[in-house]
Amino acid sequence: MPRSSVHLLCISQRHGGWDQKSQIWTHQTKGQISTGVMSFACVSCAQASLFLLVSFSSGFYASPLNILPSEVDMSSPLMYGTPSSRVEGTPRSGVGGTPARQRPDLGSIRKAPQVDLHSEPPSADGAVASEQALGQKLVIWGTDVNVGTCKEKFQRFLQRFIDPTSNEDENAGLDLNEPLYMQKLEEISVVGEPVLNVNCSHVQSFDADLYRQLISYPQEVIPTFDMAVNELFFERFPDSILEHQIQVRPYNALKTRNMRSLNPEDIDQMITISGMVIRTSQLIPEMQEAFFQCQVCAFSTCVEVDRGRIAEPAVCRNCNTTHSLALIHNRSAFSDKQMIKVQESPDDMPAGQTPHTTIVYAHNDLVDKVQPGDRINITGIYRAVPMRENPRQSNVKSVYKTHIDVIHFRKTDEKRLHGLDEDSDQKLFTEERVQILKELASKPDVYDRLSSALAPSIYEHEDIKKGILLQLFGGTRKDFSQTGRGNFRAEVNILLCGDPGTSKSQLLQYVFNLVPRGQYTSGKGSSAVGLTAYVMKDPETKQLVLQTGALVLSDNGICCIDEFDKMSDSTRSVLHEVMEQQTLSIAKAGIICQLNARTSVLAAANPVESQWNPKKTTIENIQLPHTLLSRFDLIFLMLDPQDEAYDRRLAHHLVALYYQSEEQIEEEFLDMAVLKDYIAYARTYINPRLNEEASQALIEAYVDMRKIGSGRGMVSAYPRQLESLIRLAEAHAKVRFSDKVETIDVEEAKRLHREALKQSATDPRTGFVDISIITTGMSATARKRKEEVAQALKKMIQSKGKTPAMKYQQLFDDLRGQSEAAITKDMFEEALRALADEDYLTVTGKTVRLL
Amino acid sequence: MPSSHDWINKPLGVVEAMFAQSNSNPEWEAKVLEYFKGQLREKESHSWVPSLNDVPLHYLKPNSLVKFRCLVQDMFDPEFYMGVYETVDPSTKANVLRCGKYKDVTECGVDLNSRNTVTAERQTFYCVPIPGESPWAKESYGCSSQARVVPSTSYVPSRQKRSYEEDDDDMDTQPQKQREPHTEPHGNGDSKRQETEAPSSQTTAPSDCSSHLDLNFPLPGERGPACLVKVYEGLDSFKLNDTLEIYGILSVNPVLTVLGEEKDPSLLLLNPTESMETPEEQRAHDPPASLVPRLHMLYARPLQHNNPLLPSAPTEDQSAFVSSFLVEMASVRAELLAYLTHVLLGDGLAAEYLLLHLISNVYTRRDVLPLGKFTLNLSGCPLNSYTERLYQIVQQLVPCSYRLSMSLHTMNSMRLVPKKDYVANRLVSGALQLARNTSLFLDETQLEQGQLDSSGVRNITALGNLISWQKVDYDFSYHQMEFPCNINVLVTSEGRSLLPSDCQVPLQPQVTPPNMEEYLTTIHMAQFTSQINKFRVYLSLARTLDYSISDEVTKAVEDDFVDMRKDDPQSVTAEDLHRMLVVARLLSLSLGQTTLSRDGWMRAKHIDMLRRSRTEQQKSLNGNEP
Repeated sequence: MPRSSVHLLCISQRHGGWDQKSQIWTHQTKGQISTGVMSFACVSCAQASLFLLVSFSSGFYASPLNILPSEVDMSSPLMYGTPSSRVEGTPRSGVGGTPARQRPDLGSIRKAPQVDLHSEPPSADGAVASEQALGQKLVIWGTDVNVGTCKEKFQRFLQRFIDPTSNEDENAGLDLNEPLYMQKLEEISVVGEPVLNVNCSHVQSFDADLYRQLISYPQEVIPTFDMAVNELFFERFPDSILEHQIQVRPYNALKTRNMRSLNPEDIDQMITISGMVIRTSQLIPEMQEAFFQCQVCAFSTCVEVDRGRIAEPAVCRNCNTTHSLALIHNRSAFSDKQMIKVQESPDDMPAGQTPHTTIVYAHNDLVDKVQPGDRINITGIYRAVPMRENPRQSNVKSVYKTHIDVIHFRKTDEKRLHGLDEDSDQKLFTEERVQILKELASKPDVYDRLSSALAPSIYEHEDIKKGILLQLFGGTRKDFSQTGRGNFRAEVNILLCGDPGTSKSQLLQYVFNLVPRGQYTSGKGSSAVGLTAYVMKDPETKQLVLQTGALVLSDNGICCIDEFDKMSDSTRSVLHEVMEQQTLSIAKAGIICQLNARTSVLAAANPVESQWNPKKTTIENIQLPHTLLSRFDLIFLMLDPQDEAYDRRLAHHLVALYYQSEEQIEEEFLDMAVLKDYIAYARTYINPRLNEEASQALIEAYVDMRKIGSGRGMVSAYPRQLESLIRLAEAHAKVRFSDKVETIDVEEAKRLHREALKQSATDPRTGFVDISIITTGMSATARKRKEEVAQALKKMIQSKGKTPAMKYQQLFDDLRGQSEAAITKDMFEEALRALADEDYLTVTGKTVRLL
Repeated sequence: MPSSHDWINKPLGVVEAMFAQSNSNPEWEAKVLEYFKGQLREKESHSWVPSLNDVPLHYLKPNSLVKFRCLVQDMFDPEFYMGVYETVDPSTKANVLRCGKYKDVTECGVDLNSRNTVTAERQTFYCVPIPGESPWAKESYGCSSQARVVPSTSYVPSRQKRSYEEDDDDMDTQPQKQREPHTEPHGNGDSKRQETEAPSSQTTAPSDCSSHLDLNFPLPGERGPACLVKVYEGLDSFKLNDTLEIYGILSVNPVLTVLGEEKDPSLLLLNPTESMETPEEQRAHDPPASLVPRLHMLYARPLQHNNPLLPSAPTEDQSAFVSSFLVEMASVRAELLAYLTHVLLGDGLAAEYLLLHLISNVYTRRDVLPLGKFTLNLSGCPLNSYTERLYQIVQQLVPCSYRLSMSLHTMNSMRLVPKKDYVANRLVSGALQLARNTSLFLDETQLEQGQLDSSGVRNITALGNLISWQKVDYDFSYHQMEFPCNINVLVTSEGRSLLPSDCQVPLQPQVTPPNMEEYLTTIHMAQFTSQINKFRVYLSLARTLDYSISDEVTKAVEDDFVDMRKDDPQSVTAEDLHRMLVVARLLSLSLGQTTLSRDGWMRAKHIDMLRRSRTEQQKSLNGNEP
């Protein structure tokens, strides 16, 4: 159980007054222990040490503490306070056994709000008085919250709220047709974690007025919720004992989503913003209650910290000595606090501006919940710290400092590590937008429209654009982990190869700019580490931190890799796992883990000889291992077609590019936004499945593909190709917003796959499509010929009778003389190697020995 | 006369009067802006406003209206301030409503619990003088304001020139000279006068202080005041790296400086909120006002160009200016071409290309592709400080420029890409954070063989990205952010540059002067200032012209392309067409033609052909260079 408490061990040396004092505190959260040591000198002990502690606490509020004087001997100056003796206090609202706990996150709860219920409001102004006249109950001063009604409403919400359509991961395993939050309370009684997270949108749909109150007056309403929940809980589970009373943590307030839109009206309201943690501070112990002891008679007294200040008692109540009370630090109560800096997430920002940052304070068990780099949603109360008067200056800076007191954290990228479900940070689409998208989807030529909207500045290459379009949509994610196969890859991988200067890089750049989670790297500049993940030691905390690389960062997105051929072998090798298993395994510096990297790879490679050699196969041209190559669903060649009609269209396109007017450009930008939304919508909401006909069509297609080569002893398709076909067909169905994969999808997948094959897997020697070029790196005819030569050589050697050793050159000449076809030295060597593999002979230097 | 300039001397008085009249009607804010805009619209009125760029800070009157020509280097978080607040007079106990806008500090006796307090939002921009501004531009700006200066403020205009040219003799006489024409109508001028009595500290003081405090200038060796500009309106309309001329109220209240280097512990105690920030952050966000003044923006004018010789605002007189200059254009071009030919050792073709390069400009972007960029690689440059002299000549022609000597050491050690420093919470600038249309002169002749370390590789990659995509990826540590830019990159090298470029021209010197330095200096000296000024106007103006291609010419270009490909498809690629279209565009613009003519296209084709034959020739000379 995460348990946060402060131990104060105090070693003080007394030399008359206090000269020096060291203080050590330990802080425990989730098994991590961080220890801080501070020491300070003080001459006029009480005064100086008091100051120092106050400077730790930057809050200007105090919560009502109900801390009982603990039963430990108070007179001892060296007391090892145990956490329980510190935290435990009077139970609130008569609940037995479980202590209440202050909530620094809520800040200054107006002292005992309930009091107002039974007494006259402090200022009997008109509004409240008239309400009174109407016979209503009193409200908390300054708000329209009535504690009784509010409590009742919330209890009713807890007891009745059902959300049958819930798909949040937090509700996994709960019965959706039963009251949701009652099940959660049950969970609390079993697990013992006294925190109840409440989704604000649930509250809103249940009771809009209650929601409004929650948003507007969180620091009054949430304690009321706390009371309500605890009453309900201990009514149902009277025997359970929790660490402290249940705290309600609302999240997902709809008020604000973007840090940029925070404005002065949001102050003191509950807000939810998203952002990325950029810095976390050390633990700050914040004094909640100061403990004073009289130096004369050892009488002790406690003073609450009120808005960062301690009212030091001037006179001892027991012996009436003035200025005799000294602060005892280790007897004072502290709470944890941490400053966190959050930066606006890059997606929320308007172009050309720098991201904003906000300071967030986390309290108690929320301390150390997040690390720099985490993307989080924060629900909290927005505060502006009022200025303080400075007696030494007549005027003050007129600026407020703002921060957020956090109530609830929610990591948005958590799922990536756990692989729970689809994006929770789904883009929200307005009704009209969805309507526009659906209209677009219903058009018969939507596929062509979208593909032409893709990178309009790049001319033609229609099939490549279509391939990339399908890649952007991706296949349907299937889970076969129960049958032992694990996840099926749903992502489509594409390789573009071709002459330099055929705008491959431009296409990659475009895709990278289009998708929200795109990464762009260049093969030349990236290392295996940069692609995967690396372990870094934080210089400050000495903590090991896992830094993720491009492939992990583009999980659920596209990783664009330029100059794929220039990548070093070791770098390329990490791609093997990613491109088929869609995971990344890391074993470094004691961290062993498997990260999800469900990323599509869009790579571009240049031919080795700078110009594409049409007489060679793809493999020979780009010199990539076939094991990697076979993991690409589509391999396209981007070649200069060299024909007049094409040239004319190209020229027209380019010239148009240079003189097109502003409006036309505007139009196109709109297209890009629509395209983005269209893809996002399809990826989130459309999960097509194969129908019967489509399955049949796929089977036929596969069988056909296998048949093509079988006549010539070649294999032109492997199961991997079938998987590719399925993915492409699914992606095409997604383009149509169809929930079923139909025959037309299969047709298009077939066509595109064939196109790509035609370009990349054609055997230049025979002109036939031969998939083995890609799967084994060598065309079947080439392999056949290699075998023939080896056999011929063997025969020749056997015909020579018993000669244990032969001259290399001699043998080569003999073979050349014997064979009808020309035999090159390479072929001869290959044949020798093949025979050596058979253990028929060995080659040592210039002699060939039989075995 | 003095009364008419109250809006310059006491702008806060104007603001407060309007606030008092308004009776908390929020419309007063718009009125204030309208008033100042109206005042500045008056002919030449903006030149009466003293400029932070030219006038040392301590000559300027606090709370007066000043202008500042700058680049937005960083944007800080928005801050909330008291827009309206109430003060209590301790003696009479009377409450007075006050306006907090355009001020850093409040009046004394603020009633913190008043219900009338209005919280408002503003944002702070960290602005620096435009990086790489050429000396002539600075001087010319300074002169133009000095010439008409008659404001009744007590400032003594002193040309910025002094701070970078060690001109000590002049230094001592300067204040006296300037005193004479000034008949101070105001009594408070006397105290200011005292300050001018100690001019010797003027040049040393700022440089001294800035060494303690990193003012975060993008380029090394820059001088000038940085400024924290408080922006109240139209926050979304400003972008990072915008060049602006800001008119605002100067605030140098020493209260702002109290949170200086050494923190008084008791002060910290009294204001515990300060502990939220690290010392680095405080230093970056609240530097002493004497070094980094605050400017409360009243009006900002985006600068389309930074050429003082051109009319600044797009008004009628600008269009008149343009049309009058268009007549001259062709002749100025010929003169400039001749001048550049001399400079490039008699190589006319290279001069032609250099001219085209100098007027190039990214005029639009099509998805990721920037259009109009024209990076020139001048290869075959003679060694021994030729490139340095060449840069000096370029610097004389363009308003903003920077020479990056690409030696191994600078590539490995220099920060080119701006990086976010999360500890100080600011964007640490890099040499590639430049204003639009800055000329970046990359001197590759300085590069020697050796090891590039990882930061060197990053720098080279950044330069490559800049050239190919006209963007810089700023390093935000957890992610990168792409900022589009518009920088003219000129690469000088011995062989072909290792950086990509749109066009490579091998230099073919026709003359080999025995003493290069002397040769170039004489060429430079031979030009009259009026002539050079014409060149400057020409280069800035040609860039701003509109351009179009008629359907007819489009057709011709297409036909031409098809024909060229027919002969030899390998020789002409889409890339070549891209380049030729840019060359054609620049060639037309350089002649003041706003449409592409058939002739223009043929000329573009012709010079490109010449250039290509020259590169091929070079290739065959050098053997098998790819």
